[in-house]
Amino acid sequence: MSNEIEAIKDPGLPAHVHRKADHDPVAARRAERQVAAMFMISALGTVLMIASFFIPDDVFVFIPVMGNQNAHQLGLGLGMGISLFFIGMGAIHWAKTLMPDQEVIAHRHEFRSPDSDRKEFVDTIKEGAAATGLGRRSLIKRTLGAAIGLSAVSPLLLFRDLGPLPGNDLKETSWKSGTYLVTDPGDRRIRASDLEVGAVAQVLPETADPEHRKLNDIAKDAVLLIRLRPDEFNLDAERLSWTHEGIIAFSKICSHMGCAVALYEQTTKHLLCPCHQSTFDVTRAAKVIFGPAARPLPQLNITVDAEGYLVARDPFYEPVGPSFWGRISS
Amino acid sequence: MTTEHRLGQVANYVDERTGAAAWMKKNLQKVFPDHWSFLLGEVALYSFIILLLSGTYLTFWFDPSAREVIYEGSYEPLEGVQMSAAYASTLHISFEVRGGLLMRQIHHWAALIFMAAIVAHLMRVFFTGAFRKPREANWIIGIGLLTLGIVEGFLGYSLPDDLLSGTGIRIAEAIIQAIPVVGSYLSYFAFGGAFPGEAFIPRIYIVHVLLLPGAFLALITVHLMMVWYQKHTQYPGPGRTEKNVVGYPLMPVYMAKAGGFFFIVFGVTAFIAAVASINPIWLYGPYTPGQISAGSQPDWYMGWLDGLVRMAPPIETYFFGYTVSWNILIPGLIVPGILFTGMALYPFIESWITGDKREHHLLDRPRNAPNRTALGAMSITFMIVALINGGNDLIATHFDLSINQIMWGTRFGIFILPPLAFIITKRLCLSLQRADRELVLHGRETGRLLRLPSGEFVEVHEPISPEKAYLLTSHEQAPALELSPEDSRGVRRAGAIRNKIRSRMSVAHAEAVPKVSTEDLKEIENH
Repeated sequence: MSNEIEAIKDPGLPAHVHRKADHDPVAARRAERQVAAMFMISALGTVLMIASFFIPDDVFVFIPVMGNQNAHQLGLGLGMGISLFFIGMGAIHWAKTLMPDQEVIAHRHEFRSPDSDRKEFVDTIKEGAAATGLGRRSLIKRTLGAAIGLSAVSPLLLFRDLGPLPGNDLKETSWKSGTYLVTDPGDRRIRASDLEVGAVAQVLPETADPEHRKLNDIAKDAVLLIRLRPDEFNLDAERLSWTHEGIIAFSKICSHMGCAVALYEQTTKHLLCPCHQSTFDVTRAAKVIFGPAARPLPQLNITVDAEGYLVARDPFYEPVGPSFWGRISS
Repeated sequence: MTTEHRLGQVANYVDERTGAAAWMKKNLQKVFPDHWSFLLGEVALYSFIILLLSGTYLTFWFDPSAREVIYEGSYEPLEGVQMSAAYASTLHISFEVRGGLLMRQIHHWAALIFMAAIVAHLMRVFFTGAFRKPREANWIIGIGLLTLGIVEGFLGYSLPDDLLSGTGIRIAEAIIQAIPVVGSYLSYFAFGGAFPGEAFIPRIYIVHVLLLPGAFLALITVHLMMVWYQKHTQYPGPGRTEKNVVGYPLMPVYMAKAGGFFFIVFGVTAFIAAVASINPIWLYGPYTPGQISAGSQPDWYMGWLDGLVRMAPPIETYFFGYTVSWNILIPGLIVPGILFTGMALYPFIESWITGDKREHHLLDRPRNAPNRTALGAMSITFMIVALINGGNDLIATHFDLSINQIMWGTRFGIFILPPLAFIITKRLCLSLQRADRELVLHGRETGRLLRLPSGEFVEVHEPISPEKAYLLTSHEQAPALELSPEDSRGVRRAGAIRNKIRSRMSVAHAEAVPKVSTEDLKEIENH
């Protein structure tokens, strides 16, 4: 190896330098008192913690920089911190000043066993393997392999009932033809006139039991209503016919990873998902103009009933939310 | 009776029943080398103990259930709001259980410190080459612990079922759903049906408090037993060789220091938890899939992953009518998979490049392994660029920047900056090697100027100590592997391309400024 001839010889461990406390009884006594003082501070911390336990939780103290702090919580935490920290400081100070600080040398040996042991080890394995006859009895070897492999399948089977199969669940929402749009929260039907130009509102499909709306449904049904001036749209005739008096409805569930697309910028008419900053242009049917989303937000086809309440003309024409393998297959 | 006498009695009692005296004597005298960087792993271990203690405390009140309840606790802004029992019980711990908020904050801060300590420890092990033979297995266990830590932390902050954590779960569900062919099935099995359902809170709870902590305990035990059995590595220096360990005996110095350090880590964590609020879930409100808060951020150890997902280009392909979401698969599964696999395999890759199959117990100074150090700097740069993009919304609002510009900056930066970091770091290492060489040959600059009789000014150099000179020259400079494409009989070897790659990498790995040799010193003397 290249290290065989060293230019500079190993001078060996530097000579041990004694600390003051090693030979001066006064210094040793001082170190002892310092350690004891730290343990005493720790005890005081515990006292602070116990005292703080009885402070009512509506007392606040003003601490510069931090502002108003709950005295109960702060006292508990500081007391605990002080009591633990100074036990540690005391122990380490003790070790550093009073316990022996002479470095010692232990020897290390290569892990590799002597060749004779290694040979015997290998021989034992070989003999053992030969005794089973696995090498010769290929029928046993193969059937054993197949049996073990198969037995690993059965636990998988046992996990089958962790959940149902998705079926068409991911492709369907509660929106049907004629479903009323209702406010969230409030569950009130909406007239076009309830929404001013430039306004945005979250809506849900009307349900018989609004008190017990399921999160699973909201996760697919949430819709964002935005009202623009009709001339602000840049849509083809079909998409334009899905809007009503400048009101356009999009699924609020991001087509990227399913977050709620909640940030609407009125001046640019952009919808922004706060999770990964996918940006959708409302005037162009929620076309993706920035960020990782690959698809526009699905648009809901809306109209009004005879009394002027907003309803869905049809269900969503495509699955809402993030992509999955069978999203567009039938 | 003195303390020593009583301890003697205990030792006698134990030995008469177990015969452990010889084993105990040997192990109590076990030598541990001392260095501040060896404390990083200790911080991780102690944070884990703090996590077990504080986490157990929290389970006494936490109700891992998605059952709908109406909040009637003392936090007025949420009075009468419908929420899950998990969220309501977290509010109860925060506002009604005395010390509950403190323990929650200790638990969360300890988790952040745990992950930070693991990452810092991993860097120490990597940059000093401590993963080399015979410690490859412990390196892999370490990567396993890092991976489990990320998952465990994510599940932990998902449990309170607040608006922020529910959003994180939603993203995790989208990643599962994006897996080709089986994604939607896996998602339905994991969540017991459609997202969010009611099954996931109890399920991630049992994984968080039993399954993963059990795996942690097992892996940490093996990790420590291997450190114990293989003995700790040590930094090079006078008197330190591959054949010895220089340090303090376990009993009493190391025991007092390590034990004391546990209390210090616990004390500092409690102090931070007392003064710094973390995850104030009552401000976020309960989770509902139709809402979100702006500036949604995961904990820091997930931030790089989120940053990669954010910067991914919007690519989705359709394959016989089936959808493949590359915008999710690449940043969410493929890149992390490559990174972690590469990290786990690195010890084997390096030993393949260098052809070095010997045991190593003396650590490298990072400058003496320029290629490895540069690779580490490159990986860290990659992670930092990704992490910056993970916080792009906060950076944009705090520094008045355009989020689009930050995103485009990191999209290019993730390709440009890591290689740049590699080149710069490698040059820096070689320069430091050159500086070491100068120091040994010409000594330390004293800053004293001397005017010679001829009028010339020279700076006086002082020779460095023999200890320092030894430290700067004791490292090994192995030559690159020589792999000729033909064997000794002139026959072309199989795998010529593999050999070519290997010898190229070996040459890059062996690049170094020659350290001071005996000839160099002789030449100096003759001047």
